[in-house]
Amino acid sequence: MPGLRRAFFRPPMQPDTVLRLRGITKRFGSLVANDAISLELGRGEVLALLGENGAGKSTLVSILFGHYVADEGSIEVFGAPLAPGQPKAALAAGVGMVHQHFTLADNLSVLDNVMLGTEPLWWPFSRRAAARDKLVATGQRFGLGVDPDARIAELSVGERQRVEILKALVRGARILILDEPTAVLTPAEVESLFGTLRQLIEQGLSVIFISHKLDEVLRVSQRIAILRGGKLIAVLPAAGADKALLAETMVGRQVHMPTRRPRTPGATVCRLRDATVVAADGRKLLDSVNLELRAGEIVAIAGVAGNGQQALAELLFGLQSLSSGQLALQGRAMPARAADWVRAGVARIPEDRHAVGAVGDLPVWENAMLERYAMPVFSRAGIVKRAAAQSHARQLIERFDVRGTDAMGLDTPTRALSGGNMQKLILGRALVGDPSSKQPPTLIVADQPTWGLDIGALAYVHQQLLDTVARGAAMLLVSEDLDEIFALADRVAVVHQGRLSSARPAAEWTLADIGLAMAGAEAEHAH
Amino acid sequence: MRIEKRAVASRRLQLAAPLLAIAFTLGVSSLLVAWAGAPVGKAYALLLEGGFGSTFAWSETLTRATPLILTGLSAAVAFRARLFNIGAEGQLYAGALAAVAIGGLHGGEGFALHPALLFPAMMAAAAVAGALLLLGPALLKSRLGVDEVVTTLLLNFIVLLFVSMMLDGAMKDPTAMGWPQSVVLQEALQLDKLVARTRVHTGLIWALALAVALWALMKFGTLGFQIRAVGANARAAAFAGMPVGWVTVKVALLSGALAGLAGAIEVAGRTSYVTLDMSPGYGYSGIVIAMLAALNPLGVVAAAVFVAGILVGADSMSRAVNVPTYIADVIVSVSLLSMLVATMAAQYRLVFRRAAHAG
Repeated sequence: MPGLRRAFFRPPMQPDTVLRLRGITKRFGSLVANDAISLELGRGEVLALLGENGAGKSTLVSILFGHYVADEGSIEVFGAPLAPGQPKAALAAGVGMVHQHFTLADNLSVLDNVMLGTEPLWWPFSRRAAARDKLVATGQRFGLGVDPDARIAELSVGERQRVEILKALVRGARILILDEPTAVLTPAEVESLFGTLRQLIEQGLSVIFISHKLDEVLRVSQRIAILRGGKLIAVLPAAGADKALLAETMVGRQVHMPTRRPRTPGATVCRLRDATVVAADGRKLLDSVNLELRAGEIVAIAGVAGNGQQALAELLFGLQSLSSGQLALQGRAMPARAADWVRAGVARIPEDRHAVGAVGDLPVWENAMLERYAMPVFSRAGIVKRAAAQSHARQLIERFDVRGTDAMGLDTPTRALSGGNMQKLILGRALVGDPSSKQPPTLIVADQPTWGLDIGALAYVHQQLLDTVARGAAMLLVSEDLDEIFALADRVAVVHQGRLSSARPAAEWTLADIGLAMAGAEAEHAH
Repeated sequence: MRIEKRAVASRRLQLAAPLLAIAFTLGVSSLLVAWAGAPVGKAYALLLEGGFGSTFAWSETLTRATPLILTGLSAAVAFRARLFNIGAEGQLYAGALAAVAIGGLHGGEGFALHPALLFPAMMAAAAVAGALLLLGPALLKSRLGVDEVVTTLLLNFIVLLFVSMMLDGAMKDPTAMGWPQSVVLQEALQLDKLVARTRVHTGLIWALALAVALWALMKFGTLGFQIRAVGANARAAAFAGMPVGWVTVKVALLSGALAGLAGAIEVAGRTSYVTLDMSPGYGYSGIVIAMLAALNPLGVVAAAVFVAGILVGADSMSRAVNVPTYIADVIVSVSLLSMLVATMAAQYRLVFRRAAHAG
């Protein structure tokens, strides 16, 4: 694939500047989110904005789109100054934004969504015919075919993204900002998005592409701007850059990519037999799933979000009971009681660390004992052993490198931690388990453990998981990130509409196979 | 000028917020006092004097504060777990009725037991009555998702009608010349006075002890930890293995019991029998007090004394300068609103934009 990269986009003939940021500075209190950033975007160019979480990417883009007002600096679009703090002005100047989380009304049609907000409210008649013509024409021009009358709820994630892009284009965007556009897409949808981007720049549009996935950035962009700690560290041509260099520039130190130690699978720890989970509305969330998890082995579940991986993870978190079938942990049938799973030594890492993994309003030390507060290590006769709990938290913070507790110590409210540090706390809580025992967890259940983490935190989480599995834990990984799956998994299974494929060794899967299976092709084979 | 959220609320501002809120409240209320045609300075001086200016004033304020501390604690513990118990008023009456049923009925002497046994039985009955009254709404909430604000609020009216029925029926005092009031509590069960020739009674000690106990439970107990975790993020608490429904039930029992005790202590310490007007909305004021105290049990004591002092002071002030006693309700309500706004505002900062650069 890297060979493809150079031929992928023709460099623009004349890089005349369409967007110019001069000395953009934005402070939030004592934090400098953007520090005198100057940047230019050429006509027909894809500029990647690369940086860790908190590097200032979102702030910069929000200033450009008028959500924030810069403390200092100016913006020029097509040679004219852009009024600060007005999304309308940005739109009128030809800046369009596609957010990571789509801003579409699910119950309206594509056409309605594209028209939404474009018509004056006092005008009694809607100019649907004209709007439809424009939508269809724009779609044809850029190769973005979508049925104007389809309801958003019926569309796939990739199609919804196309609608978002169309929405911006119909409103006359000449500069398109895409915020983490590939995070929610299947491999095939990513290819199709890159095709769209190619068409856009061939027709003279310019794109700012925000991502933290290095492969994609190298493939899709011509120049890469790297932000770190609010400063623009470097602007590199994509040709000639390599991953290690980008990662290092982004993080500011050498990143230790996780290393896998050889391991041999041991005894079966957890077994699912014909496991079926039926939702309240009668839909089968999981349909006769068979799966075996062995000590010292990582099994990954790939799949497009919403195909049943949530139910599978919740089964093994002890939150969901089976409608039929069997679930055994170390040969014992287990009830759907989270406390029992914790006691059995299951390390649980939920997908949503803010809503499920931690109680944000409670201090760090209380969250560190959240799963085990009732056990004799942390309480006696209904009284919390404060000293024991706090020293446990202190050890977790030290061992798992949780930062952000300097000012207020263990009493720091957990929501004040950054996402990466909160995840390290949850990871540490799960992997250490019972502080009075030195045993590794019997089973790790990790649902999107690195979702939204920057590359440094990601590498750290991966290393910790790999090390714990090497000590003999079994692990189930649920992830939508195929890079993560292939970096960690020994065996991979794909879930589609509640049905799980057999878990085959990771080496036997090709990217194309897995993409097809995620789209349901294999399930059709089986019938 | 823009408003931005602070990452961590400033501690100094959080302490200053109540003071600013009180200052704002006095400002707003003084407009109303002036409107009523009274001299503002004198009215406030009289209000303070009436509430806190003498031993008698203090005794009246503390008498009034006693049930308010208990209903305030009831609301504070329930709200901390996000169980919005609006039914403390009903639970208070249920407790009062239960106290009289144990200690006053059966020939005006209560059950034939030694007072040393009868007194705890009476208090326990009141606590159980209040607790059971909240158990239904709590179960409906945790099992079926029924909104407890609606159920507890409506239960208040049901309880009041029930009390009315009992006062005219089974528990009617035959010597009360037809007034709707219950039989009198046996003399030995009534609480002693703390200070001679005042109404302040040992119920105040009970209320203070319960406030300290609840504070310790919330801070050091595993149940307090469960309550705080469930209230702050029930999904995370459930993920971690906490029995969320069971915690809600325990909180309901605790909150209802505290409100029920408020009724029993009010009967045993002040009125000695139940009437339909024995509580001028203590249950509802408890909510205000809990919010003023930011749900802190020790703060509840301070807030209850403050509210009681305003209520008592307003009585004597209105007699002297002819401002309606409703001014007390206005002061309490405005102080609640400005308190809520002030604590919210402490989480934000104002940013003044330097206009010149941003063009």
